[in-house]
Amino acid sequence: MISNYYFLNVVRFTLLVLVQVLVFNRLNFFGFINPMVYILFLYWYPIKENRAAFIGLGFLLGVAIDFFSDTMAIHAASTITIAYMRPAIMRFVFGVNFEFQSFKLGNTTRVQQITFLALLIIVHHLVFFTLEIFSLANFLLILKKVFATGTATLILCLLFGSLFSVRKE
Amino acid sequence: MQQIINFIIRYKNFLLYIFLMIVSLGFTIQSHSYHQSRFFNSSNWLTGNILETSNDITSYFGLDDENQKLMDENKLLRKLLFNNDIGDSIPIDSVQRTYTITTGQVIKNSFADPRNYVTIDKGNNDSVKPDMGVITSKGILGIVENTSNNFATVQSILNEKSNINAKIKNTDHFGSLVWDMKRYNVVQLIDIPRLVPLTIGDTIVTGGMSSIFPEGIPVGTIQKFDLNTSKSFYRIDISLFNDMTNIKNIYIVNNKFREEIVELEDLTETDDQ
Repeated sequence: MISNYYFLNVVRFTLLVLVQVLVFNRLNFFGFINPMVYILFLYWYPIKENRAAFIGLGFLLGVAIDFFSDTMAIHAASTITIAYMRPAIMRFVFGVNFEFQSFKLGNTTRVQQITFLALLIIVHHLVFFTLEIFSLANFLLILKKVFATGTATLILCLLFGSLFSVRKE
Repeated sequence: MQQIINFIIRYKNFLLYIFLMIVSLGFTIQSHSYHQSRFFNSSNWLTGNILETSNDITSYFGLDDENQKLMDENKLLRKLLFNNDIGDSIPIDSVQRTYTITTGQVIKNSFADPRNYVTIDKGNNDSVKPDMGVITSKGILGIVENTSNNFATVQSILNEKSNINAKIKNTDHFGSLVWDMKRYNVVQLIDIPRLVPLTIGDTIVTGGMSSIFPEGIPVGTIQKFDLNTSKSFYRIDISLFNDMTNIKNIYIVNNKFREEIVELEDLTETDDQ
């Protein structure tokens, strides 16, 4: 069972990277919106895992995307930020519940899941576009990009989420 | 000592986060001030091959379009050839040429970021080297920045670090071509003095000051112009001839004398100091 479980995460990692760089990086909706669906990896990743390993994996995921899109290490920086902040965000969204052994993402309400995903996306995009544009003079441009791309990412992630939902047991 | 170790164990996640953040910020900031990193780019073996495979599949969908573009260009070149009185033979002797041309294809294009890079399917094995110019049949595209054995990344003119010498056609007033990161079909020409007469619709071409591009490669037409804050130079919006969202076949231009020129310029600069 354990190898099966690692296998699932490896496949997920590879597929998300490929889908991101081959499809969504080329979308250019309205000329500038490229949704970042690879955030789903961090959303789906098991909760009980070692945190250090999780941050490490986040870094690898970000770097993999960076290699393809020539963005230096911006994806990596924003991905490790949400990887590090995920427990705090979960505590905020789900209350103390999530520390119990029996906690499963599938058992929470729809609203909670969407809030959790939306918070991950907002934090990620804020870090990403701040680093990408890298000047406070263009603050409005940053906000515009965060809002537009964030909405697109959220919608696509929800669609993907319902397509490949984790089995409810 | 015990306390230091306890501290490290307790905050190991935070320390790991800070460490990785510094690593990634290091890479990012370094690239803001200087060239793209040698290591972090899509011209390496793995990414290059994956992008090329994807390109092999998708390029079939645009074949009609691309063939039409190439035919149009051939038509133009034929017209130039037949109407220009250069005799009945063209010298093939490559020793006399300043510029040599290599053809290639775009395998990854981007135009939505502040720093856009294009990946092409030619590299060291085709003697493509950094700092060569890249153009399409319609106009200028960018400058080669990194190469691997089979691939190269090109810094597009849609890149905030891009800075290319350009001039107004048929005059010698030159300025710098930059991009304000806003629209993918508009770039800016700055440092043109205010006494220069300008008209909307004038053509902008590359200038002769650069050792990368030959003089006279088309860039675009003037869309709008106004004076900058000091009121002494124009800031001109240029709408590009190239559709930056749709590029496939490209030409890589190599100036045979570039090394010599750069060496000479470096020598002069060190003498000045």
